[in-house]
Amino acid sequence: MSPKALRAQEPSATDPAFIRNFCIIAHIDHGKSTLADRMLQMTGVVSDRDMRAQYLDRMDIERERGITIKSQAVRMPWSQGADTFALNMIDTPGHVDFSYEVSRSLAACEGAILLVDAAQGIEAQTLANLYLALENDLEIIPVLNKIDLPAADPDKYAAELASLIGGDPADVLRVSGKTGMGVEDLLDRVVERIPAPKGDANAPTRAMIFDSVYDSYRGVVTYVRMIDGSLSPRERIQMMSTRSTHELLEIGVSSPEPIPSKGLGVGEVGYLITGVKDVRLSKVGDTVTTLKSPATDALPGYTDPKPMVFSGLYPIDGGDYPDLREALDKLKLSDASLNYEPETSVALGFGFRCGFLGLLHLEIITERLEREFGLDLITTAPSVIYEVRTEDKKTVTVTNPSEFPTGKIQAVSEPVVRAAILAPKDYVGTIMELCQSRRGTLLGMEYLGEDRVELRYSMPLGEIVFDFFDHLKSRTQGYASLDYEPMGEQEADLVKVDILLQGEQVDAFSAIVHREKAYAYGVLMTERLKKLIPRQQFEVPIQAAIGARIIARESIRAMRKDVLAKCYGGDITRKRKLLEKQKEGKKRMKMVGKVEVPQEAFIAALSGDTEGKEKK
Amino acid sequence: MAGALPLGDPAPADGLLPVSAAAGSGDRPFGMYLHVPFCRVRCGYCDFNTYTSDELRGVKRTDYAGQAADEVRLSAHVLRESGVAPRPVSTVFFGGGTPTLLPAADLAMMLAAVRDEHGFAPGAEVTTEANPDSVDRDYLATLKEAGFTRVSFGMQSAVPHVLATLERTHDPERVPLVVAWAREVGLQVSVDLIYGTPGETLADWERSIDQALATRPDHISAYSLIVEPGTKLARQIRSGQVAEPDEDLQADMYDLADERFQDAGYGWYEVSNWSTGHDTRSRHNLSYWTGADWWGIGPGAHSHVGGVRWWNVKHPAAYAGRMAEGASPAAGRETLDSDVQEMERIMLGVRIADGLDIRSLAPEGRVAVAGLIADGFVDAAAALRGHLVLTRPGRLMADAVVRRLTDY
Ligand SMILES: Nc1nc2c(ncn2[C@@H]2O[C@H](COP(=O)(O)OP(=O)(O)O)[C@@H](O)[C@H]2O)c(=O)[nH]1
Ligand SMILES: C[S@@+](CC[C@H](N)C(=O)[O-])C[C@H]1O[C@@H](n2cnc3c(N)ncnc32)[C@H](O)[C@@H]1O
Ligand code: SF4
Ligand SMILES: [Mg+2]
Repeated sequence: MSPKALRAQEPSATDPAFIRNFCIIAHIDHGKSTLADRMLQMTGVVSDRDMRAQYLDRMDIERERGITIKSQAVRMPWSQGADTFALNMIDTPGHVDFSYEVSRSLAACEGAILLVDAAQGIEAQTLANLYLALENDLEIIPVLNKIDLPAADPDKYAAELASLIGGDPADVLRVSGKTGMGVEDLLDRVVERIPAPKGDANAPTRAMIFDSVYDSYRGVVTYVRMIDGSLSPRERIQMMSTRSTHELLEIGVSSPEPIPSKGLGVGEVGYLITGVKDVRLSKVGDTVTTLKSPATDALPGYTDPKPMVFSGLYPIDGGDYPDLREALDKLKLSDASLNYEPETSVALGFGFRCGFLGLLHLEIITERLEREFGLDLITTAPSVIYEVRTEDKKTVTVTNPSEFPTGKIQAVSEPVVRAAILAPKDYVGTIMELCQSRRGTLLGMEYLGEDRVELRYSMPLGEIVFDFFDHLKSRTQGYASLDYEPMGEQEADLVKVDILLQGEQVDAFSAIVHREKAYAYGVLMTERLKKLIPRQQFEVPIQAAIGARIIARESIRAMRKDVLAKCYGGDITRKRKLLEKQKEGKKRMKMVGKVEVPQEAFIAALSGDTEGKEKK
Repeated sequence: MAGALPLGDPAPADGLLPVSAAAGSGDRPFGMYLHVPFCRVRCGYCDFNTYTSDELRGVKRTDYAGQAADEVRLSAHVLRESGVAPRPVSTVFFGGGTPTLLPAADLAMMLAAVRDEHGFAPGAEVTTEANPDSVDRDYLATLKEAGFTRVSFGMQSAVPHVLATLERTHDPERVPLVVAWAREVGLQVSVDLIYGTPGETLADWERSIDQALATRPDHISAYSLIVEPGTKLARQIRSGQVAEPDEDLQADMYDLADERFQDAGYGWYEVSNWSTGHDTRSRHNLSYWTGADWWGIGPGAHSHVGGVRWWNVKHPAAYAGRMAEGASPAAGRETLDSDVQEMERIMLGVRIADGLDIRSLAPEGRVAVAGLIADGFVDAAAALRGHLVLTRPGRLMADAVVRRLTDY
């Protein structure tokens, strides 16, 4: 079927001139996994017989279940003429929430395949990764995928790609991951265009960690790209940021199953196992050296990931709190960017305040907690970091509205991001309206091809985390894509709005919002709660307040009838069971003062389910 | 269709009761309920265990009185064999379904079986439910002769559009007639009303109240319409054909009814029941709320003897089969432990005007009374005298009150 390599290059003994390290930049669903499947097949590392769709993704799932190691980087042999090359395909996290991680994976490569669906064109998140790739001086190979689709419009999108990265539209490769068409040419192009890695084999060893994952059988598996020197089994290594030392129990490459090797040399990509159980001892971006002859200078670019978005995570069943703690401890082993500390909420009980890299990170973590650990969770409205300066010149860092100082405030500063929104040009008006209503400032607008536009805004992150994406999607029929990256802080007139039920503050609903939007937020939440909280045996006022000032109010009328006034005959058993059921139901209620609030009401109020349903 | 039977323990084929049931039985009044599971048509809101001729799967209504009389004989046997003290019945109640769909002679025959097997206590109360269009003066006279003392008419409403929504077939003009006939032949009379029917206004309800009072019955039951799952009404509401009953309006209707009944000389003695005096209360009805013993005869009937509750097989065909075999028709039962008995005592006791003895409550329950007084659900003056009696708003919240009294 293909010019499979006659004899693969042996790890640790491969001349860097025959190594190519690359990644694939693609928007979700543009076909990265399918293309990878074809490459695995054509290079012969997975036999036609063993081939299953989404081969590498499946390995991820297996890894999550603790069965095997993630194929974070796959080594594939590829021959050209008499020469055999080792191609390392390095996986990149798909979203800029992880842009730091993405930048580390990119730093491990010399080139990138920019894969774009020939029926869709490029998306905002792809642009951000493309930008990062160019920042890292990678050679870009533009590729249009899915050209077998009837709806594909390769000419149009080839022009779009060429205008974006320069070059001739004719140079844009056209492939189909599905049929395999063009994939051989693509592999050849990788060999031809992507530069071989450079490094000094005789210098002290330096290897960059570009990923670090926890495997329940083998402990932490660290993925490295060798820059200088070499590594071999049983050697003692040192992490340059923490100075911690470990013995190399195993070293190898994924092809795509892990294959232990005699070592790794300059330019190679592989994995290390030291028996360490905590990923924090093996941080992405850190430099690995040897204890015997340590390097003096770490590789540039290491930073500790900083959480940008905070949210309270609470188990729906209070009894699950210890399980939640345990689950977070476990996830932390494989995700060094996850931060959390215990927190209590009047409304929600015991939980954790968690810091995330972004909204997607939050979503992924909560989904994993629910799916892998079987937890039912409530997440509070995401919040960002505010710096609050009080009248007496103290500065308070606020990641939770409840920490907002009560006294006189001199200034509040909030994080701002550069947001890029890509959408068909017909939606420009409605997107601008939305961004304006979210305190966005237009930085620029550019046409990509004929009918698509990229809008660049600076916008407070706090506005983005407050269901901006949902609104963007619904106002553009799902056509717009969003991407954002930090661009500093700004001062703004921000206030904390509290929500009170019968005079009792419901901490989970407090929010820090712009003064001009405080009223709208107050009305929104009081109306939501009015709809969601069942009538009680007494009237329940719902108020929104800034400090002591009430800015919005609603009230839930008292329930007047709660009796089955019917002729019963003698079926007392049924009546009693009904009562028992009602009492059971009450146990699942959270008490705010005297008010019984169903768990679901909190969830719905936090997720905005009430309005969502009406709109659709 | 009729609501499902509870899940319980299996009942033995001979129907014998556990020894615990006999304890103290001599001190408890004993009553008998006789179910008649037939109706000419099924009203859309009704989930009682009743069947039209189409639904009878070959069972003949003409055979029913005999089967019921068989179970009456079985009841005497079982109680005797289980060591329960023999007691004459203080109350008998024929309910349905529509008991009066059977010939008066059938009802008389069933009642005679009760008298023969158990005997009547002095002043025994014997009631039958009756649909206004299923009786005439002769029928009522025959009942009186057979020993019946009371008749309860399903009036429901006096307003044609309300009756139509309820799918009632009787002509409202007939209600005063049948009530008058019943009084003439010497029967006490009760009428049943339903309030809160979709489309019924407060003015409609007032008209029904007035018409009911105009017939001067001895007793009135007023029930709020309950939308039972599985009924045609429930489906109509789900599909939007019929509006959902408005609970606030139902509360207003209850207030109005209680006021008007009170003014007309009818005092409430149970959440949904009013009477002209102590001796016109339905003693049978009260026995459900006060933990008395009773035996329920017929398909799907429920019984209670000394902390054992059981229920019969539901379909008349299944019932007929059991009776033909000479087996107990019981389908399942439960033996209440002391906690459950206490909870039931409170659940049932709060609904009656005689109220609960506050000293009989657990300390947690007694503490809860304070909050109930503060919320206006419990009569303060009575509570100070040691009685827990619900106020009018409290009666409307009776289930919530029970939860608060037993929430520990
Ligand atoms: N017609 C066609 N469909 C493709 C092609 N490549 C991928 N797909 C389909 O596009 C969807 C997304 O592909 P996948 O490889 O999972 O995308 P990823 O999210 O980028 O990994 C799947 O339904 C694939 O079957 C292609 O070349 N042609
Ligand atoms: C056993 S039922 C039937 C008696 C008789 N067949 C009749 O309909 O007149 C006794 C009473 O229960 C009441 N009832 C029946 N179904 C009801 C419901 N779904 N909601 C409220 N009351 C109901 C009616 O007032 C009815 O008169
Ligand atoms: S007549 Fe009475 S028992 Fe029969 S269906 Fe109607 S309400 Fe139910
Ligand atoms: Mg994929």
